[in-house]
Amino acid sequence: MALTEQEILAGLGKIINEITGIPATEVTPEKNFVDDLDIDSLSMVEIAVAAQDEFGVEIPDDQLKHLKTVKDVINFIQN
Amino acid sequence: MSRDRVRVVVTGLGVTTPLGGDVASSWSALLAGQSGVRPLTEDWVDTLPVKFAAKVAVEPGEVLPRPEARRLDRAEQFALIAAREAWRDAGTPKVAPDRLGVVVGSGIGGITTILAAYDTYKEKGWQRLSPFTVPMLMPNGSAGWISIELGATAGVHATVSACATGAESVGYAMEMIRTGRADVVVAGGTEAAIHPLNIASFAAMRAMSTRNDDPSHASRPWDAGRDGFVLGEGAGIIVLESEEHALARGARIYAEAAGVGYSSDAHHIAQPEPTGAGIRSAARKVLEDAGLTGRDILHVNAHATSTPAGDVVEAVAIQEIIGDHPFVTATKSSTGHLLGGAGGIESVFTIKALYDRVVPPTINIDDLDEGVEVDIVRGEPRKLPEGQIAAINNSFGFGGHNVAVAFTSA
Repeated sequence: MALTEQEILAGLGKIINEITGIPATEVTPEKNFVDDLDIDSLSMVEIAVAAQDEFGVEIPDDQLKHLKTVKDVINFIQN
Repeated sequence: MSRDRVRVVVTGLGVTTPLGGDVASSWSALLAGQSGVRPLTEDWVDTLPVKFAAKVAVEPGEVLPRPEARRLDRAEQFALIAAREAWRDAGTPKVAPDRLGVVVGSGIGGITTILAAYDTYKEKGWQRLSPFTVPMLMPNGSAGWISIELGATAGVHATVSACATGAESVGYAMEMIRTGRADVVVAGGTEAAIHPLNIASFAAMRAMSTRNDDPSHASRPWDAGRDGFVLGEGAGIIVLESEEHALARGARIYAEAAGVGYSSDAHHIAQPEPTGAGIRSAARKVLEDAGLTGRDILHVNAHATSTPAGDVVEAVAIQEIIGDHPFVTATKSSTGHLLGGAGGIESVFTIKALYDRVVPPTINIDDLDEGVEVDIVRGEPRKLPEGQIAAINNSFGFGGHNVAVAFTSA
């Protein structure tokens, strides 16, 4: 699993666009899902499940709530 | 017709139907006597006795952005499309949130979501269910989504009364305005039930037409050769408003929503009561509520679904309570039966008939059933006279629901 941050970011951008309609270009590492991208908790569940499929990384529910920003998700997937 | 209470008027109309994706296209196709019934091409029809239905003319996926569409049940998609058209048509009224209500129901709710989600659950497990499964399957989901979009906080309601749902929603909305709970209410019905399980279940009741060799002629209310209803889908939504509120903002007024009559059969869970007592009762009540007499009613959009049992009983009841003078039509001959959506689109068609002074025809009557003595508009549309006129939309549902809504010309 040697995906770069850029590769993960591109994959997340695509997933978030598919689920929420937010342009992938707006999905940048510093963005907070709730405050910046206006993504609700139900959509976060969809995004997490799609990210698990895309990157082959399990994101447990108790971890999901700690993933506040795009960067948090990238770090979680990289680790 | 002067009464001592709040008058309710109609200021916006919206639909998506098997005839068109909006009011203008649906209405012109209806006047042209077209049929929205088509053969089904899905593989699953092979195992069913009914191989046709009336799908919407414009797929909601062509209208709604994909991220929005994927979190909505198909019935909710129809409802939002129709509600947006109705709201625009009403001139996007400025109204305080706590004076704006929504009453939109569905006969069955998100049945295609339920069945697809159960497949997902069995095959892939609970983690793979969309977190929107519950809001997609609940029958009040459409009303909820519309309220969020419009910011309506006066109350959100979803009446559920099978095929009377749309008309009951309109009646409930009228009462919200009359009783002072709201100034503006978005109301109607929606249904998306073209699924093999539904077709199989209605077929198990022997309620559906099996005219598989000639689908566009299968929905034929009052014809002696009718053999059941044709399943349709779509939504019809209207914007109701207190007359005072509408006049103050200079809104175009299509019609007055003058009265509603409810009754229940308490007879059989799915069969019409054979004497039509409940239908007559609803007709008497709507006239009384609207302050009208049978002579005032020049047009009836009948419930008539093309089933052997119900059509003639209704025609006889219309003749007895209203008279043999109204121009009676059954638009289900063109649209199929939208179940919970029927009262919504048929309210729209009744209002359009008053506003444009023309009654759309009932198609597919080759041999009028004996016992039908009301004046049915067949083949060609018929003009309504100028002056103050009134019309009634009838909607009845399994469970014994009878609803009649009266509209008068503006």
